[in-house]
Amino acid sequence: MSQRRPPRVVMPGPVEWLRENLFSTPFNSVLTLVALFLIYWIVVPFVQWAFVDAAWAGTTRDACLERENGACWPFIIQRVDQFIYGFYDVAERWRVDIVLGALAAGLLWLTLPRMPAKRGIGTLMLTLFPVVAFVLLVGGFGLERIPTERWGGLIITLVVAVTGIAASLPLGILLALGRRSELPVVKGLSIAFIEFWRGVPLITVLFMAVNMLPLFMGVSVNKLLAALIAVALFSSAYMAEVVRGGLQAIPKGQYEAAAAMGLGYWQSMIFIILPQALRLSLPNIVGNFIGLLKDTSLVSIIGFFDLLGIAQVGTSDANWATPNTALTGYVFVGAVYWAMCFSMSRYAKHLEGVLASGEKR
Amino acid sequence: MRLLFAALSAFLVAIAPALAAGSPTLDRVKKNGYLRCGVNEGLPGFASPDSKGNWTGMDVDFCRAVAAAIFNDPKKVRFTPTSAKVRFTVLQSGEVDLLSRNTTWTMSRDTQLGLEFVGVIYYDGQGFMVPKKLKVTSAKQLNGANVCTNTGTTTELNLADYFRSNGLKYKVIAFEKNAEVLAAYDAGRCDAYTTDASGLYAERLKLKNANDHIILPEIISKEPLGPLVNQGDQQWGDLIRWTLFAQLNAEELGVTSKNVDQMLKSANPEVRRLLGVEGAFGESIGLTKDWVVRIVKGAGNYGEIFERNVGQGSPLKIKRGQNALWNKGGLHYAPPVR
Repeated sequence: MSQRRPPRVVMPGPVEWLRENLFSTPFNSVLTLVALFLIYWIVVPFVQWAFVDAAWAGTTRDACLERENGACWPFIIQRVDQFIYGFYDVAERWRVDIVLGALAAGLLWLTLPRMPAKRGIGTLMLTLFPVVAFVLLVGGFGLERIPTERWGGLIITLVVAVTGIAASLPLGILLALGRRSELPVVKGLSIAFIEFWRGVPLITVLFMAVNMLPLFMGVSVNKLLAALIAVALFSSAYMAEVVRGGLQAIPKGQYEAAAAMGLGYWQSMIFIILPQALRLSLPNIVGNFIGLLKDTSLVSIIGFFDLLGIAQVGTSDANWATPNTALTGYVFVGAVYWAMCFSMSRYAKHLEGVLASGEKR
Repeated sequence: MRLLFAALSAFLVAIAPALAAGSPTLDRVKKNGYLRCGVNEGLPGFASPDSKGNWTGMDVDFCRAVAAAIFNDPKKVRFTPTSAKVRFTVLQSGEVDLLSRNTTWTMSRDTQLGLEFVGVIYYDGQGFMVPKKLKVTSAKQLNGANVCTNTGTTTELNLADYFRSNGLKYKVIAFEKNAEVLAAYDAGRCDAYTTDASGLYAERLKLKNANDHIILPEIISKEPLGPLVNQGDQQWGDLIRWTLFAQLNAEELGVTSKNVDQMLKSANPEVRRLLGVEGAFGESIGLTKDWVVRIVKGAGNYGEIFERNVGQGSPLKIKRGQNALWNKGGLHYAPPVR
């Protein structure tokens, strides 16, 4: 009879940990050293440039000229309003604040675990919020009208990205179902739509919608509206293929089981197939969302200054021309994009864990 | 028959002013309540937003002058930033009423696009920047120099022409992007940097020690920059052209945004005609008598706009040079208001 003993718990010391994880073989040791060198080579000068040698205080370019080897943060600090609101009228910016605040609050409510009334909040965000946001941002009903040409910065980036994301998922699901449909017309139209939008570059679509349509057809649509529609249609085609991948991964038995239970097409899709398919394609869906967020910077081709555009146009102000202005602007915008994309990605990872709880034992 | 002709010509004479008074573009601008102006997406000194979000620059201020002439309010402009690729399209499609976007007046652009250049607001041209320590004072001393510039632009061709015609040797080092050219120049890989002079002044500000570099006096190419309108609305073209001329004439006669009210009492007949104290010149282009007063008050005369945006009042510190008035050794020459 063997006696059962509890396993010996050994906390490895730091030297042991290093040997086991970083220097286990000669090859790994070399890799570790190379990595350390790279970190030293890239991170140290960056920190030196961005923080140690940087100019922080000041209201003119002279402050940055004095610290010629460091970042020019006063350029960002003086223009932070422009980075958020673009050229939106100063007296009306409270309207943007409300929209951004409501969006942030709504998203937090829905993403934080264990919040009550998620269904109610979700419905509000999908129905009431777009209407209120539209009225607040555009104007009307007694509010001054702000032409979309004056929007810019983070508002443009978020409006395009959020609209694209909110429209592309449902449209994409419908298109994916359409492509797998047995009705030849539905199937044909879905394939034609998907392949058309996947076949043309987004930049061409935007250019055509905004500059060519008025020239050929004499109709002039609002440029932002044209861009929103173009982005939504474009991303829904990609989304359709992502969802279709998920649908194809569902074993045939699931479809048959749903049919055997007497569920109709929509019932079986909504209750049996789609929940599984969407869970499978979640990493790719979020990948698409992140790509879409970054693609929004293409609206600069049609004369809008999104977050990136507003940084670029800022560097053309001779009052702020210094050796480091442009680089500081790009680093700042890069950091904002990274923060947005990384939080999406982390939330998706969390969601995957929650949804996969049924598979755990 | 003769009677019929007489009646017909009398009729034509009678309606001629009515025909001339109609400008569909001006009507549209008045109906909209604002001028739609195409500008650059960001060019130091010509069109760029300041930290308060206001557009500033010479091209921008010209739009403001037109708005001031029409509405007596320089703020009634909506700026449409346009890239170099789409600038003509947005004007042709009627998305803007006026394109004031540092566009070089060339024959092909003037004759083949259905567009009309109304004048020259800035005489630009290719120049050279060199470090002061080279002790070079003229481009003719650049024999054997390494010259940095952008790839595939006309600057490279102009450079070849200039050095060949002066019998000088040189080596060109070309890069795709402005930032790369500047970095190479700053690192000392080339002795001189060549591009349009206004661009040189702007790029100079991005150097570590801007004051250690000078822009040589030679200008080796012609780049007359001017505003454009669509062909087919003669009176609108006249209005834009004479807004520019009015600013030049105002500078020539010493009328500035500060003294324009005193100048109304001037005894000088030229000033009196310009400011509408005598005659009704503004009305002939669909404006009011005091159109120049509005322009100068709202946006300033040409010299004020120049100094504020690119001259001594700006970080660029561009000298007037070719952009001085004709009687000060420059090229700007506006026909008289009479």
